[in-house]
Amino acid sequence: MTQSTNFPAGSIEAVAFPCEGLLSDDLLISRDADGNLSLQNSSCSKAAAFFERPRVASSPKIAGQPADLSSAIAKITELFGKSRHPLISGLATDVYGMRAVMNLAETAGATIDHMNSKSSMKNLLVMQNSGWYVTTLSEVKNRVDLLVVIGTDVVSYFPRFFERVIWNKEAMFTENTDAREVVYLGGRDINTEPGTSPSGRKPDVLPCDPDRIPEVLAALRAIISGKPFTATEVAGVATADLEKLAERLKAAKYSVIAWTGSALDFPHAELSIQTITGIVEHLNKTTRSAGLPLSGNDGDVTAYNVSTWISGYPFRSSYRRGYPDYDPYHYETSSLLKEGEVDVLIWINSFNPERLPPASKTPTVVIGHPAMQFEQPPEVFIPIAVPGLEASGAQFRSDSSVTLPLKKLRATELPTLGDVLSAIEAALKAA
Amino acid sequence: MLIKLTGGRIYDPAHNIDGRVMDIYVRDGRIVERPGDAETIDQEYDLRGKVVMAGAIDMHTHIGGGKVNIARLMLPEDHRASPAVHTDACRAGCGHAAPSTLTTGYRYAEMGYTAGFEPALSPVNARQSHLEMCDTPIIDKGGYAMIGSDDYFLRMLAAKQDQNAINDYVAWILHASQAIGIKVVNPGGINAFKFNQRALNLDEENIHYKVTPREVLQSLTRAVYELGIAHPLHVHGNNLGVPGNVETTLKTMGAVEGYPVHLTHIQFHSYGTEGDRKFSSGAAAVAEALNKHKNVSADVGQILFGQTVTASGDNMRQYANSGHGSPRKSVLMDIECDSGCGVVPFKYKDQNFVNALQWAIGLEIFLLTEDPWRIFLTTDHPNGAPFTSYPHLIRLLMDKGFRNDMFAKLNLDAQSMSTLTSIDREYSLYEIAIMTRAGAAKLVGLHDRGHLGIGAGADITVYTDNADREAMFAKPDYVFKDGQLVVRNGEVVKVTWGSTHTVKPEFDRGIEKDLKKYFDTYHTMNMENFKVSAAELEDDGRGHVIVQECKGRREKTA
Repeated sequence: MTQSTNFPAGSIEAVAFPCEGLLSDDLLISRDADGNLSLQNSSCSKAAAFFERPRVASSPKIAGQPADLSSAIAKITELFGKSRHPLISGLATDVYGMRAVMNLAETAGATIDHMNSKSSMKNLLVMQNSGWYVTTLSEVKNRVDLLVVIGTDVVSYFPRFFERVIWNKEAMFTENTDAREVVYLGGRDINTEPGTSPSGRKPDVLPCDPDRIPEVLAALRAIISGKPFTATEVAGVATADLEKLAERLKAAKYSVIAWTGSALDFPHAELSIQTITGIVEHLNKTTRSAGLPLSGNDGDVTAYNVSTWISGYPFRSSYRRGYPDYDPYHYETSSLLKEGEVDVLIWINSFNPERLPPASKTPTVVIGHPAMQFEQPPEVFIPIAVPGLEASGAQFRSDSSVTLPLKKLRATELPTLGDVLSAIEAALKAA
Repeated sequence: MLIKLTGGRIYDPAHNIDGRVMDIYVRDGRIVERPGDAETIDQEYDLRGKVVMAGAIDMHTHIGGGKVNIARLMLPEDHRASPAVHTDACRAGCGHAAPSTLTTGYRYAEMGYTAGFEPALSPVNARQSHLEMCDTPIIDKGGYAMIGSDDYFLRMLAAKQDQNAINDYVAWILHASQAIGIKVVNPGGINAFKFNQRALNLDEENIHYKVTPREVLQSLTRAVYELGIAHPLHVHGNNLGVPGNVETTLKTMGAVEGYPVHLTHIQFHSYGTEGDRKFSSGAAAVAEALNKHKNVSADVGQILFGQTVTASGDNMRQYANSGHGSPRKSVLMDIECDSGCGVVPFKYKDQNFVNALQWAIGLEIFLLTEDPWRIFLTTDHPNGAPFTSYPHLIRLLMDKGFRNDMFAKLNLDAQSMSTLTSIDREYSLYEIAIMTRAGAAKLVGLHDRGHLGIGAGADITVYTDNADREAMFAKPDYVFKDGQLVVRNGEVVKVTWGSTHTVKPEFDRGIEKDLKKYFDTYHTMNMENFKVSAAELEDDGRGHVIVQECKGRREKTA
């Protein structure tokens, strides 16, 4: 795979890791004459795996057999043309890809959902029901004096979180970042080592079973709000420890309470997130505090932002009525497939080849990373240029306030997601 | 393609034309001289008896960026009542208070608007703002970059850096965020809130930086003036919504020491503390001051009754107001050592004393301010009301009987606190054309828009004269955007993609050395990625970036 002259061997600075919510853009990538990339300045294994994945020759396939692009598009158009209710899911892409998704969904009367919507939806429901007070990564980096993380180690999802925004050497408003306090509240056997300060000060850990996090959070909220509270322990956490934490939160100048939707894996976790945001709301009556919902992997923050500005709604919405319609309970991928409510699925997966479409009897089309492998070949597979690797683009960060440009780091013969979806849409309109 | 618009009654205040019957010729998107007799007219529109104006320009409307999209995301219940179905010309969308981008573009065009400017583009969020605006069809757009509470700027002020360095930073921000103006919101206050200050008066210090709002306003009004940027510093003052804030507003006019300044949504800053309820109209004092200070312009930010959503960078004030939300919810944020935001849904009610008086205060300001070139028609969309209520607002300004009928329905206590019915003024078509076209273009610095002179972009709106001004302005007969017919009888017939207007004043790029160090040390993004390129806006075929000239650049003052 020789590179065109536009992509000679060299190194590229300020590269963003496009499929991880922190979207760290301090990466230095070197490229050889064949377009192989290597990560030069970070020990992040997830980023290395993404950029350094060996290139594979990949072509469109129909029922597992190699086909040319136009035949593959014609086959998808045929499936969509006779569909009464198409579903476009996965949606791991960037802003430009999502624009094309929205156009095709509008034309085809399709429903859309994201592969991470189960966790993202917990946050979106809170935003829509009560709202919240939240902050962003640079504010955390420069201001936080007390970080409380709920039910997660954070680093399983965002490996560089502590390195980037807690143990940074310099901060504008924290004289000594080493003195920052970290508390892990809830969860069992989580990796709290990254919460140890550079000088070796250990974080405080208040463990409980993950499914009892709601009780512990409710107790903390009651204590902070000054409600009568008589129990001596909650889910194994001593009330005295919660009272101490409440006092620390009230004394902090800028506390941050962080969570990730995925780790709060119990029914109606949105209510627990609402408890967290209620704690923040109370703290803000006298001091400053903010929530930090961590998400954005596989482009989920991009997907709901683009969908929202174009249709008014995040994912789990549909154009099947001829106008945008939102139902976060009904338009959910696994139940739509299980109930047989949709008759064709397009699964879009640009970043992680291991994220396969859910198994179902519904005819499935996959448009995604060229390294994707299938046990059951989909009806059609079209490999595409990966945004931030083989296509330029734009991606939203976890905190939604920052959108970063994605760089095309090497040449490819593969089309972009926009190319493919626009071709399908044009064919549908012509039919 | 040569188009002739025949025999319309032209209102073109930029050329002092007040209802004169004239022909207009359009070629390749521009207004041209009358062609020679030998030339063939490709298309002619008979506009005899029609009212013709340039396309209208909304100089302050929240149409793109983080807080607008949060507002959309937060309001599924509002969208559900206003679906926009797919038509031959238009894609589906939805929304009333915070419409989807596509619907926003269509609705503006259908009212004869051909440009709208996002007034609170947070530089760190500029890419998102532009991506959204580029997905807003037909109309031209642009943004005012919001600074003044960003830590880099406040560090400069605290370090007493000279005006030249401030000017370079302001110019750098304009380039990096592809903006056409500079906005300051609650000067220094968004930052102060992060240090737990709950209010910031004009001469009150930020506890960390020891900098006052007055200093912020003075350095930024001067920077904008010296860089030769047409649009004066766009100021959302301190103490928005606070009874008694009329004092702050009057002091702010004086604080800028004669430099040009634009005070936005001034209705929200014109409150006194008289009466039993300690809430009264400061409109007369504000209008008098506006009449006197020729360096000051303002837009009103009129409120109209019904459901809407307030979206602002001013999280200090939005936090304070969040308890009044309806439905009761709010999204508030501290953002990236750059700014903040607060989104609170709101329902203005004519039987609510405060809301009713706010309505009257806005109209009093419109009617008592003498110079239509310095007062602008806005609802601060969506904060006072959705932009789709402009035709109703125009009727309130042009029709005293209608206005007084509306007034008579208000909360009685509010009626007793307002002098509105004693004001006889009715705006003329010429004055409406000034405030929504010629004046707005001049204020924003759109040299080839807002007028119908030779060489102007052919953004033209044609109305049927109608004594019911609401009906007239709601449904133009024709709207041309860059010479293309985009709306007929109030409905979109063709979808185009407008341009993004920017300014690019020269500056000393040496400033990037310090900025890079700042970004590398304190930020979580690379300085190069902070900058938005024109190509990012133009990709996907969503229109072009236009650089408007900075006329009259002044020598740097040592």
